[in-house]
Amino acid sequence: MDFLNAIVAFANFVFVPGLAYGAQLAIGALGVTMIYGILRFSNFAHGDTMAFGTAITILFTTAFISMGITFGPLPTALLALPFGIVATILLLLGTDWAVYKFYRQQKASPVILVIVSMGVMFVMNGVVRFIIGVRDIRFADGERFIITAREFKEMTGLNEGLAIKTTQAITVVVAFIVMALLFWFLNKTRTGKSMRAFSDNEDLALLSGINPDWVVKVTWMIVAALATTAGVLYGLDKSFKAFTYFQLLLPIFASAIVGGLGNPLGAIAGGFVIAFSEVTITYAWKKVLVYLMPDSLEPDGLVQLLSTDYKFAVSFAILIIVLLFKPTGLFKGQSV
Amino acid sequence: MNTAVKDTALFGLVAVLLIGTGVIQGWNSALLILNMGLISAIMALGVNLQWGFAGLFNIGVMGFVALGGLATVLVSTEPVPEAWQAGGLRIFAGLALGAATVVAAVMAQKRLVGRARTIVTLIILVGGFFLYRGVFDPGKEAVEAVNPALTGNLGGLNLPIILSWPVGGLLAAGAAWVIGKTALGLRSDYLAIATLGIAEIIIAVMKNEDWLARGVKNVAGLDSPVPDAVTLQADPSFVERAASLGLDPVLGSTLYNKMGYAVLFTIVLLILLWLAQKALNSPWGRMMRAIRDNETAAEAMGKDVKTRHLQIFILGSAICGIAGAMMTTLDGQLTPGSYQPLRFTFLVWVMVIVGGSGNNFGAVLGGLLIWWLWVQVEPLGLGLMNILSSGLEDGSATKDWMIESAAHMRLLTMGLVLLLVLRFSPRGLIPER
Repeated sequence: MDFLNAIVAFANFVFVPGLAYGAQLAIGALGVTMIYGILRFSNFAHGDTMAFGTAITILFTTAFISMGITFGPLPTALLALPFGIVATILLLLGTDWAVYKFYRQQKASPVILVIVSMGVMFVMNGVVRFIIGVRDIRFADGERFIITAREFKEMTGLNEGLAIKTTQAITVVVAFIVMALLFWFLNKTRTGKSMRAFSDNEDLALLSGINPDWVVKVTWMIVAALATTAGVLYGLDKSFKAFTYFQLLLPIFASAIVGGLGNPLGAIAGGFVIAFSEVTITYAWKKVLVYLMPDSLEPDGLVQLLSTDYKFAVSFAILIIVLLFKPTGLFKGQSV
Repeated sequence: MNTAVKDTALFGLVAVLLIGTGVIQGWNSALLILNMGLISAIMALGVNLQWGFAGLFNIGVMGFVALGGLATVLVSTEPVPEAWQAGGLRIFAGLALGAATVVAAVMAQKRLVGRARTIVTLIILVGGFFLYRGVFDPGKEAVEAVNPALTGNLGGLNLPIILSWPVGGLLAAGAAWVIGKTALGLRSDYLAIATLGIAEIIIAVMKNEDWLARGVKNVAGLDSPVPDAVTLQADPSFVERAASLGLDPVLGSTLYNKMGYAVLFTIVLLILLWLAQKALNSPWGRMMRAIRDNETAAEAMGKDVKTRHLQIFILGSAICGIAGAMMTTLDGQLTPGSYQPLRFTFLVWVMVIVGGSGNNFGAVLGGLLIWWLWVQVEPLGLGLMNILSSGLEDGSATKDWMIESAAHMRLLTMGLVLLLVLRFSPRGLIPER
């Protein structure tokens, strides 16, 4: 019984939150890794792209709710998501046309493009603040829980409850669908194949008649869809705040690099690695250990390895360790 | 146009902008902008050293600036003897143990091979971590329990605050050494992410380690190297002198105080600028630029690229640390919660790029000019919105929204300025020569 309690406590406080957060990071990291693979630079504006997509989605969500359209037990934001994606696609294609295209034609070095993306980051950050301000916004509606801690306790008779939030379940399901779609697209469709070819060897791809402009456009569209989805899922699960999204840049980049920049499978693995390490290292393990240890050995403190404020330190430490020992990441990424 | 004339004209423009601010908005605001502009110019010098001279992509400026701010507290505040008695030794013993663990782990990595290496390193790290927490935590708790409303930290050395400027530089240099040792081998965008992360970690440490500088409880009322306004107003001879110049004592004293800072900051800026110019035109500076332009060729010529990069990374970070200490001195308080990457890292980058990377005068110009713009965009934006929305009736939602959004003009403008300069004048206002 104690053992079961320990497992449930672990699932409730570590596994389920980690899984949802990992899925959010993975979708975010997929966007970063796609840009890196095809356009060959680290996009610092990614966090703000996520914020923009989410902001538009929130606007549509409020509009839908005021019109009386809801999604039953599911959050209305899911209905608004496609509109957010379309707006973000327009924004990214516009940015590419106005800003990045010039440097691509110049064949500017990646580091210049990174600095350019810093400028784009400033502008997008400003635009998001114009649209929606700097407040903390919660926009999840519908059922809050699939199963609450109390229901679970009554059902199983255990001491520990397992609560699963609707947003957590949605995150995992949506993430799975998005990833499946992306891999189907990259592996089975003609455009997807040409994108992979372009990423592997640009010259060879051009030689075989692949249209680079089309590849770049499709990349931005996919990135917009990924970024908006990641942003909306994160916002549903926690809350939306422009500054938090900017800060997500760090764990997202850590995920992409740990997995191997330019490698979609790596980005997903990296997302979960970073998420689970953040959660396990900043979780107070006392609750689990109380059940596992004999009474005499029960811990006095919280058994928290690091306080939650140091979660950046965790993603960062993993990043450094991986870079020092496996510079191309866990899965083989590109190295320029 | 002659380049010297053009450069002078650009600095003249900054002077005109500042004087215009003085005439329209009052001399106090003009001096305030000038003081922060001088500090920004010093930060820009530091970043220019790293990026302009050596091509190192450091976006962890915020962390070094914050370390400089930490130095002011550690140097100038009074020590708290009770806290030292309660747990000072324990804390330092804990920190020493932590450092020893890391050193031991690095040694194990270097000396051992194969599976033994991994296992021994892991044992050292895990064991060392728990040992460190065991020694450190009680000390930390004891110190933070000493009069938490007022102190709760170990306090400082009670030395003149101006000493904290070089100390801030040293602290930043020390951190830069550790960071450089681990991260400088990485390629440019990895280094960028690494430094971005380290800056966040430094801020997290300053927010959470209350025993150091009270964390988010902030330290206010730091000493001031120039006489402050209240003291001056109480001084009859100063009041007399102000009256003879036709100033009332309140205005006179605040102006005098800010002028004092401006003079001090200008002296520091001129010294650093002179040093940077000397470095740029020395064989060392030429070697740095050679490494930046072609690492492989420089290496073939026998230059030790790694050591040189570490050197200049430390120097540039130290300059940012000095600027950080100066800024906290000017503010008179240390508030770890106020450090934000957009303001302290990316804005400095905008200054360097707009001013002209690789040129020290360009960096200084960028610092002064962009800081002026950063401060003035908000009132200018508000004015613009007032004009644009003048046709709308008062209290309408659109008008309120437009007025409110003027507050967010800053980031947008900075981004646009950066993008426009990168696009149409990528070498900046005063390019490298």
